[in-house]
Amino acid sequence: MIKIDTSLIAKRIGECIDKISCEVTPECRTALKEAYEREDNPTAKFALGVMNDNIELAAKEHRPVCQDTGMVVVFVEVGNNVILTGEVLQKAIDTEVEKAYRTLRKSVLDPVSRINTKTNTPAVVHTSITEGDDVKVEVMLKGFGSENMSKVYLLNPAQGLEEAKRLIVESVRVAGSNPCPPVIIGVGLGGTLEKAALMSKHALFRKIGSSNPDPVLDGLEKELLTKLNDLGIGAQGFGGKTSCLGIFIESYPTHISSLPVAINVLCHCSRSDSFVIDGKKEGEVCKTL
Amino acid sequence: MQDVVRLNLPFDKQELKKLRVGDRVLLTGEMLVFRDAGHKRLYESIQAGRQAFEYAGETIYFMGPCPAREGEVLGSAGPTTSCRMDKYTPFMLDHGLAAQIGKGKRSQDCIDAFARNGGVYFAAIGGAGAIYSKCIESAKVICFEDLGTEAVRRIRVKDFPAVVAIDTLGGNIYNE
Repeated sequence: MIKIDTSLIAKRIGECIDKISCEVTPECRTALKEAYEREDNPTAKFALGVMNDNIELAAKEHRPVCQDTGMVVVFVEVGNNVILTGEVLQKAIDTEVEKAYRTLRKSVLDPVSRINTKTNTPAVVHTSITEGDDVKVEVMLKGFGSENMSKVYLLNPAQGLEEAKRLIVESVRVAGSNPCPPVIIGVGLGGTLEKAALMSKHALFRKIGSSNPDPVLDGLEKELLTKLNDLGIGAQGFGGKTSCLGIFIESYPTHISSLPVAINVLCHCSRSDSFVIDGKKEGEVCKTL
Repeated sequence: MQDVVRLNLPFDKQELKKLRVGDRVLLTGEMLVFRDAGHKRLYESIQAGRQAFEYAGETIYFMGPCPAREGEVLGSAGPTTSCRMDKYTPFMLDHGLAAQIGKGKRSQDCIDAFARNGGVYFAAIGGAGAIYSKCIESAKVICFEDLGTEAVRRIRVKDFPAVVAIDTLGGNIYNE
């Protein structure tokens, strides 16, 4: 067995937060520049111009790209040959989240009392066990203007994929200007209620412009992307050509009685990063995905 | 493309009347800043007969900033989703509020209240937190300090970019 200390994982997560709060992914940056170039609606073009200038300024001066620095969502895949030592993973991560958020907005509070935790903790941590000697970590800062526009449906098999597609498009149409479009959409198809929701979040880590390795889902993504852009919502809901930068689908077998569909909406700022800790190198961070 | 309109705050109601949906503006002057929790508490204070602060003639920007870093007045400072404040908006416009700044569509009740009172709703560019931070020249907490990022602030801005989203005729950019 290989030992990896949770503080090593957590410290690297803290570094990711510091970076991604100020820098959107390179693919996102490129996609927004392309959206600006092809836009001819003057109000949408003005908005895209401000959005692009903001992204450049934030990266250059290391300022948060958006004041909603979000809730921290972390997916951790732990190889089955790895033993996590040190503090419990959640606690180790929360310690570093608290440090990283000293200069970021603290948006996390108790749902009943609405009293702020003042640390932006706890992070939402999803762990799973995989084969191998590594720990793979994906980190996202999720804003809630877009999170609030997300949906989960449990469809009848008779309603089928056509209804799922209709609901995906309808959700984005109804969300309209609220989630700071052009949006990025994660979809979870199948599984159970929570599995679908989890897949819809995880799908948002896919790189904008990448193809789905499953050709059927890839076709579905391309069909839906066209439909979403045909909605004409445009940047900030001002109309125009680009309403969606990418739609990413994950699927899982489901029950004969159901078709769960989860739709997770992300704004135009994709703030995520990932890394792998190679256990064979005794916890040395050896590569960034 | 039309030119950008430069406007000073507090707004002259006659100037607001000239604006039309889609006009791009640069705002300079003072505004109030607060969002969900600030509205809830202000509304409760009014219902209890002890209004916490005056907003007549003012413009409210729905925003909760990041903490200031070195050399900043406030940290990142882009708009939040306005529709969560729809519940309070018609009442506030009927009682003298001049304008609001946020992002996203509003209810028909709000659109009607802007038209009836000669008020304007401006859409700031959602997500552009760093740009808006640079527009802020001064900021001071004036009420509900315990709410942290949701406290009520008075800020002074220079050349704050926005788009007219609802005009005094009830025109609505999100319908077009």
